[in-house]
Amino acid sequence: MIRQIHEPSRIGVYVCHCGMNIAAKVDVEDVRAFARSLPNVVVAKTYKFMCSDPGQEMIRKDIQEHDLNRVVVASCSPLLHEHTFRRACAAAGMNPFHLQMANIREQVSWVTPDCALATRKARALIHAAVRRVADHYPLAKERVNVHPAILVVGGGIAGIHAALVLANAGKKVYLVEREPSIGGHMAQLDKTFPTLDCSACILTPRMSQIRTHPNITLWTYAEIEEVAGFAGNFKVKVRHKPRYVKEELCVGCGECVSACVFKEGRVRDEFNQGLSKRKPIYMPFPQATPNVAVIDPQSCLKIMRGKCAMKCVEACPRAAIDFEQREEHTDIEVGAIILATGYRTFDARKIPEYGYGRFPNVYTMLEVERLVNAAGPTGGDITLRDGARPQTVGIIHCVGSRDRRHHPYCSNVCCMASLKMAHLVKERTGAEVFNFYIDMRATFKGYEEFYDQVLREGVQFIRGRVAEVTDWAIRPAEKGKLVIRVEDTLVGVVRRIPVDMVVLATAMEPQEDAAAVQRKFNISCSQDGFFLERHPKLGPVSTFSDGIFLAGVCQGPKDIPASVAQAGAAAAEALCLVDKGFVEIEPNTAFIDEAACSGCRTCIPLCPFQAITRDAVKGVAVINQALCKGCGTCVAACPSGAAGQNMFTDAQIYDEIEGVLADV
Amino acid sequence: MSKPKVGFYWCASCGGCEESVVDLAEAILDVTAAVDFVFFPVAMDFKRSDVEAMADGAMAACMINGAIRSSEQRAMAKLLRRKAQILIAYGACSHQGGIPGLANLFDRQSILQTVYRDTPSTVNPGDIRPEASTRIPHGEVELPVLDEQVKSLDQVVPVDYYIPGCAPPVQLLKDALAAILTGRLPPKGSVLAPDKALCEQCPRAPSKPDNLLIDQFKRPHLERIDPEKCLLAQGFLCLGPATRGGCGWACINANMPCTGCLGPVSRTRDYGGAAMSALASLVNSNDEAQIAAMLETIVDPAGTFYRYGLPASLLFARAGANADKGGHEP
Amino acid sequence: MSSNVTLPVAKEFEPRIVAFFCNWCTYTAGDLAGAARLAYAPNMRVIRLMCSGRVDPEFVLAALRQGADGVLIGGCHPGDCHYREGNYKCLRRFQLLCKFLRQMGVEEQRVRLEWIAASEGDKVQKIANEMTAQLKLLGPLRLQITPRVNGRPRAAECPPAPTKGVAP
Repeated sequence: MIRQIHEPSRIGVYVCHCGMNIAAKVDVEDVRAFARSLPNVVVAKTYKFMCSDPGQEMIRKDIQEHDLNRVVVASCSPLLHEHTFRRACAAAGMNPFHLQMANIREQVSWVTPDCALATRKARALIHAAVRRVADHYPLAKERVNVHPAILVVGGGIAGIHAALVLANAGKKVYLVEREPSIGGHMAQLDKTFPTLDCSACILTPRMSQIRTHPNITLWTYAEIEEVAGFAGNFKVKVRHKPRYVKEELCVGCGECVSACVFKEGRVRDEFNQGLSKRKPIYMPFPQATPNVAVIDPQSCLKIMRGKCAMKCVEACPRAAIDFEQREEHTDIEVGAIILATGYRTFDARKIPEYGYGRFPNVYTMLEVERLVNAAGPTGGDITLRDGARPQTVGIIHCVGSRDRRHHPYCSNVCCMASLKMAHLVKERTGAEVFNFYIDMRATFKGYEEFYDQVLREGVQFIRGRVAEVTDWAIRPAEKGKLVIRVEDTLVGVVRRIPVDMVVLATAMEPQEDAAAVQRKFNISCSQDGFFLERHPKLGPVSTFSDGIFLAGVCQGPKDIPASVAQAGAAAAEALCLVDKGFVEIEPNTAFIDEAACSGCRTCIPLCPFQAITRDAVKGVAVINQALCKGCGTCVAACPSGAAGQNMFTDAQIYDEIEGVLADV
Repeated sequence: MSKPKVGFYWCASCGGCEESVVDLAEAILDVTAAVDFVFFPVAMDFKRSDVEAMADGAMAACMINGAIRSSEQRAMAKLLRRKAQILIAYGACSHQGGIPGLANLFDRQSILQTVYRDTPSTVNPGDIRPEASTRIPHGEVELPVLDEQVKSLDQVVPVDYYIPGCAPPVQLLKDALAAILTGRLPPKGSVLAPDKALCEQCPRAPSKPDNLLIDQFKRPHLERIDPEKCLLAQGFLCLGPATRGGCGWACINANMPCTGCLGPVSRTRDYGGAAMSALASLVNSNDEAQIAAMLETIVDPAGTFYRYGLPASLLFARAGANADKGGHEP
Repeated sequence: MSSNVTLPVAKEFEPRIVAFFCNWCTYTAGDLAGAARLAYAPNMRVIRLMCSGRVDPEFVLAALRQGADGVLIGGCHPGDCHYREGNYKCLRRFQLLCKFLRQMGVEEQRVRLEWIAASEGDKVQKIANEMTAQLKLLGPLRLQITPRVNGRPRAAECPPAPTKGVAP
């Protein structure tokens, strides 16, 4: 039953203790009594946990017994539990939009040390809510059908896993990857901790499944240009960069690469972290998916200068090379989006005292991964730049992480990656390996055991943040070596450890363009620059934009198992949305009172979604409810009070203003 | 049956409102045929004592123009309120405080100082100021006391209706008189004018683009104005979108932008706030410094957006040390 | 806790701040400040709007008239608006409003616009504390008392009932 606004308000106020979260600072009984004394409040109660079943049940019963037509819940943030209490109200037959929440936890008890002041602030917020709720009127959420396809952005292990889960559930998936091949960072790794599975062995079958899955459209070397629409109905423009090789014809035989006029590689091979060179036409890596050659326009003579013998064209038995390829765009519609855009590694040059870029034998972890890898530039030989085998190797943890100058956060994977690397280096070279760590973090399944194993293998562990890597020898044994200066905090002495090779466990950090991607998808970043989840515990893969989910390191540093788990969760959330078949839209749209509109058109150019047009016959503005997203900008600008916003009417806001300012 | 008695009085005003009565032209004959003017100091010789002698409610209607700024004006407003069944605030000053209301940007002391001491043309070596009462050989004479602030009529006495405008458009006066005579009046408190903004049916509306953003606010005295095109579209600060219609686009037809004399529509709480919101929203820049530069030509926002209504606005008058904590009169 | 606390009698001037926070960035930042237990002055009272673009200068004026000593508007950083450009529209209005407020003798520290991202809980704390301290120094906003209109204050006058949800 939907009551009419004309009815006198009968308001119930429910003050939550939230255990001690609220009750420790706010005198809930005082606040309850205060609320009860306000006009139109017919019942006011407190409860330990209002969001629990008994709490909701109490509200439901009261609505019926006391014939309430308005409810105010004073508890946590409406961003957390508004839906919960709306449901409770609806279950009792009250319009769910006759609910108003007063945020007395996040905005009061958690931030106000003084009990009396907290109580007073809680009173003010409840007073405002009670005033405001009287102005609420019945609203209903509109249902909009959901487009059944799903877009996954990023083809690393998280994106791959999410895409496969969704495709296996029978959903149409678009997987868009900006590099020429999917695989991401995992494809660059040799072994994975703690089980030492070969990374390629577990990853490549999944990559080929992506390629062959009937439900997956894979677009590599493509980027998202534009995202419009909303949950259930996103309109996405995908930009396909020209690879100058027809993907549908190329079989990846590599004849073109051999035939290229450049006899040797000339360009930094990104996949091998620059440890080898590639040609302008190249295969991204041996197991690339799709296994298609790419031409790099920055180094190809034909593209750069227009002149080349074009041996590649001659060599291609399938006439796949096409210098006429241009950038193309595809428009797709999807119901949900999973962002799995990954990370980049910290640029170790920013810590000059570690010598990266100055001393040839200082490597990053990812470089050594390539060295260890049998398909890497050295065929799996761990060698120094001069080809020699290192006798001693120092692995420095937390390079760029847990460092106030760079990233305060822990990158989560470096301890385990360093342990793995220590194991691999020792196994392959017999070298003495030192790990320099601040704290050893080995907290997931099998990790501590692996740490034990590496300890037993005789890897040395020195607890202390490395001060410097230097080539300044002060002892004969240090000659020609890199010396790691560190305070061994367990012994309390400063040590100098001469090594042949230094490996820097560089931090994971947000992609360079994370902020641009964040804007494109209309989500938020947390302070560290990674994408912000809706709730750290209860919404770890959701974002504040409905229908957009997060998977993998783009949300924060994590290892492969965690990325895969999160990808599965994101896929499940997306499935949930798509399988439900509809989304309900908050009815906070703007509207025009035609009788009041003078047709001045002030509102029209202000709408970022082009939802407002002018009805030439009536001479008034018209807001398309399907396009309006409810920002209220037009309402604030309307100079004659003809525009209004549901859920945020002028009257409601003025009531709140007066309410929070009242002497309470 | 005798004709209904009507009064017409002025307070802090310029006389333009009286002119608007003259603007009735021949129609004034119909008015005088229908009503008896019993108090109209500008046109006829009545004294305050004549009004005091009337029975309460003797006048069917009384229109007061001008803002209220002095003890005498306050007393007259109260007296006329008592004597009139219907009290009408006539014209922008009475309705919203009007141009005299801009004096609320200053306190009384500084106004008196400017007028009696600081202006270049003032010669007042003894710094003589008006006194409320002065003893002269013949006895004690009194002068009205200047109030601390200018007020609209309804801030002094309850008002039944408002006829807006500076001066009110003739048609609104005619319509109001017809309504009073026939008794077909809207609910008390109404403004007797259309409740839609001026842009509605504006003769220049067809030339206003749907997606108008403004790069520069031009000042009408410094630029040539296209007589056909929407003034806002030309960059002139036209307050038509925020202002109540009913003036017949008098200024627009005279090729001048609307300055807002009819005041807000009923849904607006603060006329200037609403007008500023609309116009600033249309500034065509997202850059902080550039926005500031574009707003530079609006040199006097108070005088621009509150030209006719500072006393009726939310802030009412300039905040200052001599003021009490904000709020309302008890 | 006892059920009848005696509310403190204000010894020093306690400014009242009304804050209009956008739902997506600043309100979320406020929640984050709470979750992180970042204590701040209790003087600020937040009103949630969907976007800083919804902030009508009339709201600011009404808050000042109703007794606020300061008003804070919080929106997403430039470029981050959930609705693309609402914060810019807020900025445009804010600049013009400020010019007017200066004329009216309202000091610039009283009405502020701050960009506070969802992750900047600490900024909510910082601004709330900073503003409270500044307003304590400035003292109460001394607006002239508005005369009552026809027996009721004009500012509290309710406009005609809003058009109730025009059916989409």
